[in-house]
Amino acid sequence: MNALLPSLPTIVALVKIGLLVGGLMTAAAYLVLVERWMAAWVQDRKGPNRVGIPLTKIRLFGLGQPLADGLKIILKEDFTPRHVDKVLYTAAPVVILAASLAIFAAIPFGSSLPAIPALGLTGEEPLLVAPGLDVGVLWVFALSSIAVYGVLLGGWASNNKYGFLGGLRSSAQLVAYEIPLGLGLLGVVLAAGSLKLDTIMDAQASTGVWYAFAQPLGFLVFLVASFAEAARLPFDLPEAEQELVGGYHTEYSGIKLLLFLVAEFLHMVTAAFLIVIMFLGGWHLWGVTGAGPVETWLVAFIRFAVLSAKILGVILFFMLVRWSWPRFRFDQLMNLAWKVMLPLGIANLVTVAAVEEFRPQLVAALGEGWAKTAAIAIPWGVFFVGWIAAGIFTPSGTDNTPIRTHGPLDAEHALGAKHALGGSKRELVEV
Amino acid sequence: MKPNDPAITWLEERPLGLTERLYLPLFVQGLTTTARHLVSPKVTVSYPEQRPKVGNPLIYRGVHRLNRDPEGRVKCVACFLCATACPAHCIDIVATESPWPDREKYPESFQIDELRCIFCGMCEEACPVDAIELTSLLDLTGKSREEMIFDKEKLLSVYDMTKDAEPMKSAAMGGTL
Repeated sequence: MNALLPSLPTIVALVKIGLLVGGLMTAAAYLVLVERWMAAWVQDRKGPNRVGIPLTKIRLFGLGQPLADGLKIILKEDFTPRHVDKVLYTAAPVVILAASLAIFAAIPFGSSLPAIPALGLTGEEPLLVAPGLDVGVLWVFALSSIAVYGVLLGGWASNNKYGFLGGLRSSAQLVAYEIPLGLGLLGVVLAAGSLKLDTIMDAQASTGVWYAFAQPLGFLVFLVASFAEAARLPFDLPEAEQELVGGYHTEYSGIKLLLFLVAEFLHMVTAAFLIVIMFLGGWHLWGVTGAGPVETWLVAFIRFAVLSAKILGVILFFMLVRWSWPRFRFDQLMNLAWKVMLPLGIANLVTVAAVEEFRPQLVAALGEGWAKTAAIAIPWGVFFVGWIAAGIFTPSGTDNTPIRTHGPLDAEHALGAKHALGGSKRELVEV
Repeated sequence: MKPNDPAITWLEERPLGLTERLYLPLFVQGLTTTARHLVSPKVTVSYPEQRPKVGNPLIYRGVHRLNRDPEGRVKCVACFLCATACPAHCIDIVATESPWPDREKYPESFQIDELRCIFCGMCEEACPVDAIELTSLLDLTGKSREEMIFDKEKLLSVYDMTKDAEPMKSAAMGGTL
């Protein structure tokens, strides 16, 4: 073969990258539309339903909206304030988008394609840009931490107090929630015995038990932490509009802002991918797709469809939660991370480790079937105990009773004596 | 009233119960509320094709009209009560001697600056002959400021346009209601 021509694996990889980046960008644009629809419907409005095919009067329920939105924001003035650090200010949106896209190199977006001998592809072709990457999960988490860098850079380089506060909040929040995220993930890695995301899916498909059922506590911790990592409500403190104007992207406009917004959406998509792949069985669905090699295009397509449907479901859940819950206060956010999610994550990890370690003994003592049941029942027991303990001890709760300088007027008060306020644990403060 | 007034009853915030501290019941409650609204009937309308419903057209305060009497003449007697009552000073009347024997004056010109108008309805309240009324037309647009200054002919044409849908309000004054 001519040395100047790229080799077959390179071509295949390039095709996959093209499909993935194109698909992700289109998906992000349409997910913005879906998000606006959900927002409108939850608020009893109709939502965007006008824009259809350009230059015609065909409306198509507003499906042309992403094009109009994109054109609008691209054609807007790309204004750079004079007080910013120009290099970092320009680099930040690029860093964040590049990192969010690079994450997908290790995330499978389907099972695999059957062999295509006509093109020289003799084996199954995995739907994954970098197959054979043994550190898939590590890659994903390393790059998602770099995406935080973009937020920090943007907030800092803006030389603006709102941007700076947004960046600070973001760094504190993301550092805090990386830990429960990692703990939730460790349970899965331990159970599957691999850092490869496609192996993790295969492990769930072959047993038929999704890790969400086998490790409910891990699922809970990972779900909450991924909401925080994606900075979605109720954890969107880095860009709380009421307090911080725009948060870290206050000073951004035009296409740079677009890059930030797309990256933010991609974080949510990544979180949905990870939740589905690691906890909800990936492309596996009982009675529809099972374990085993992909021999026909039909199987490949059904697996892809199942995975996409699950991811869409998780994303819709993300969007529904956005309109259901108010934002946490910052101390509540930190309490939740360090005092609730961290101990729960550790409890999950210990349970999973113990169950995996003593599985042979369980099988020997109870028999194959009962051992399987016990391996699911024990984590659920830990789940309920942990949750109820968190509820009873409420480490995330804060005393919201107002500090009063005056209590009910009574004889003691008339005498000017200092006394405890009846019914409240606070001391009466004389002014 | 001072904070230590004996008339004030201080209420303590209710402590959260265990179900509330467990978060899950509230979580389900919140999600069902949003999910219910997701599918509930929508309150907004597709505006140009679908008109918003005006609750009661008789008391809606939209674009003004100048009513005509049964002979088709303008009912206004140029008494200036509306212009005096107007808090936005948007009514401009030029009075002249009436050509008809039943009244002394009539408006030679009657202009309302719809851009200054605050649609308070004071003119309608003040009018002794029920000549000026506010209709339920709510989409008032124009391409220039000049276009938005409605003169007598325009206000009379608003009456011609709306008289069937919204009859004159006072029967005693010759209205049909």
